[in-house]
Amino acid sequence: MEIRAIGCEPLQLKRMHIKDSHTLKVYLETGGYQALKKALDMSQEQIIEEVKKSALRGRGGAGFPTGIKWGFVPRSSPKPKYIVCNADESEPGTFKDRYLLERDPHAVIEGMLIAAYALGARTGYIYFRGEYKYLIDIMEKALEEARTANYLGQNILGSDFSCEIYTHTGAGAYICGEETALLSSLEGYRGHPRMKPPFPAIEGLYGCPTVVNNVETLTAVPQIIEMGGDAWRSIGTEKSGGTKLWSVSGHVKRPGVYELPMGYKDMEKFIMEDCGGMLRADKKLKAVIPGGSSVYIMNADQIIGKGVTMDYEGLVAAGSAVGSGGFIVMDETVDIMESTKNLTEFYKHESCGWCTPCREGTDWLVKIFNRIAEGRGRPEDAQLLLDICDNIEGKSFCPLGDAAAWPIQSAIKRFPEDFKKWLFRNINVDEVTANVEVESILR
Amino acid sequence: MAGSLPTDFTNQIVYTEEVAEFSPEVIEEMKSHLKKYPSDRKRSALIPLLFIIQRERGYIDPPGVNFLAKFLDLTVTDVWETATFYSMFHFRPIGKYHIQICKTLSCKIMGEPNITEHICKRLGIKPGETTPDGKFTISMVECLGSCGTAPMMQINFDYYENLTPEKVDEILDSLQ
Repeated sequence: MEIRAIGCEPLQLKRMHIKDSHTLKVYLETGGYQALKKALDMSQEQIIEEVKKSALRGRGGAGFPTGIKWGFVPRSSPKPKYIVCNADESEPGTFKDRYLLERDPHAVIEGMLIAAYALGARTGYIYFRGEYKYLIDIMEKALEEARTANYLGQNILGSDFSCEIYTHTGAGAYICGEETALLSSLEGYRGHPRMKPPFPAIEGLYGCPTVVNNVETLTAVPQIIEMGGDAWRSIGTEKSGGTKLWSVSGHVKRPGVYELPMGYKDMEKFIMEDCGGMLRADKKLKAVIPGGSSVYIMNADQIIGKGVTMDYEGLVAAGSAVGSGGFIVMDETVDIMESTKNLTEFYKHESCGWCTPCREGTDWLVKIFNRIAEGRGRPEDAQLLLDICDNIEGKSFCPLGDAAAWPIQSAIKRFPEDFKKWLFRNINVDEVTANVEVESILR
Repeated sequence: MAGSLPTDFTNQIVYTEEVAEFSPEVIEEMKSHLKKYPSDRKRSALIPLLFIIQRERGYIDPPGVNFLAKFLDLTVTDVWETATFYSMFHFRPIGKYHIQICKTLSCKIMGEPNITEHICKRLGIKPGETTPDGKFTISMVECLGSCGTAPMMQINFDYYENLTPEKVDEILDSLQ
C-alpha cells in the first residue's frame, strides 16, 4: 500500500515513513510541538482567526469550516468546555485517520491542545471506534510521553494553560461518527443523534460547549499555526485550503493514502497515473465513489477527459462530493446494482433506529434489493427504490438517511443499464420499450 | 440495524440476582477508567467497562451487568440499553477466536467472497456459527477501515490484511 504526497510537500504525511514516528523523540526532532509553543504566545482570537484564514474545512465528511465552528463556542460561558477528537473512522472506503493515529499520534495531541487553548477547554477526549483498539494503545503511550514532558497536564510548558486528554472507546456503531451521536455515546448512552440546535458548540458533552473535530482536521491545525493561515490556504485553493488525504481502494494498481493539494488536477490523471492505473490492464474504469460511500457514485464518462478538479467545488461541479475522501475505484467487472445493494445493506445495519424514515426505509430498500438479486426484479422497482429514497432524504433525523439515499439515486441515474439488466429479465420487452420505461422513470 | 436487539437476545437473558465478582486488579482497572470523566458523569465509563466485562466473562452476561449497574449507580436496564446498541458486544459465549470478515464494498470487490468461502469450508461452519470445539466463531462485519489492504479480517482485536486463501491458512494454522 502506498502512502505519499503528490503535487505538494507532504504535510499530513511528513512523518509516515520515519522510523518510530509515533514516539515523542522523533516528533520533537521533526518540528513537533513548535506550533503549540507559538500558539501559547498568541491570543485565543488570533488562533481562531488563523484557522478561519486557512479555509480549513472539516475532514470527516461534512466539510464545515473549522474556524467558524470554533468561533461558535461562547468562550465567556462559565461552563467547562470540551474538545473532542472524532476518531470513529467508519465511512466505507476511508482509512486515512488510521495511519495518522498509528504513525503520528502526537500531531493529534498537538492539534487538540491548540484547539483546547483557543476554545478555553481544559479537557479533551479522543473517541476511537472500538475496532481500533491497537491505536488506543499507541495513543495511550503517546499521551503518557506528552504528560511526562509537560506538553499535557498542569501549566503546560510553564504557561497558565492546563489541559488533560483522554482516550475513549466506541463499540461498533457507524452512527457514532455523527458528532451528536458521538457525544451521546461518550456519555454512556446508545449512539442516538441529538436535535440541533442547540449545536454542540453551545450544548455538547454534558450540556457544555464542545467542539468535535475529525483527526485529519486536528492534525492540520499545527501546520496552520506554524506557517500561518494564509500560507496554508495557498497550498490549496481560495475556498478549499491546504491539502487533503485520499484513501484509495478498489481496482487500482497502487491503493493507499495520498495527500493532494486541494484543487489537484485532475481525477483521471490521479487514477491512471498516480495510483498506477487499473489493477487489471484489460479492464476499463467503470465507476468511482470519490468521497466515501455516502456521496454520489460517478461513472467513467464523468471522469475521463473531463478534467475533474479534486476539491470541494470541483467535485460538486463534477456531480459528487469530497466527503471523507474515501476513493473507491471500480472496473467493468463490478455490477453497480450489486455494489449499491452492498452499500444499502451497510446503511440498514448502521441505521440507529431512532427515526422512522431511516429505520424503516433502509430496511425496505434492502428487502427490494434482495428480491432483485434473487432474480425477481420488476421494471417498477427502480421507481419504487427512488420513492423510498425520496421518503428518507431530507426527512430523517440525521444525515445517515441522506447518505443511504444518495448512492441509490445516483446509481440508478448513472448506471441505468446495470439496473435494467436485473429489472427486465422476467418480462418480454424489447430493448426500445425497456429504454422508454427507464428513461421515463428517470425523468 | 445497530439499534435492534440481537435475535437471540431475549432467549439468553434470564433474570438473576447474582452479581459477578472480579479480582482487585480488574476493579483497579475499572476505576482507572472512571478517573477520565467528571465524578458526576460515571455513566461515561459504561462502554469501556462493558469491554472489560466481556473480556473477563467471555460475553455480556446478567451477573456482569448487575455488577456494572451497582458499580456505576445505574439501573440494570440502563446497562442493557447501552450494551445492546453496539455491535461489538455479544450476549452469549463465542469462540476463542472471533473471525470478523469485512463484507463492505472495497473488500467485496477485492475478493471477500472467496475468502469467506475458504474460511467457512475450512472450519466447516457458516457465518454466525461457532465450531463445536468452541475455538472459532465467524462473523460478517461492516467496514473496518482497511480498504486499501482489502480483503481483510479482524481476529479478536488483530487486523489481518491483503488476504489470500494461502495466507488465511497460515493465519488459522498459527492460532492455537
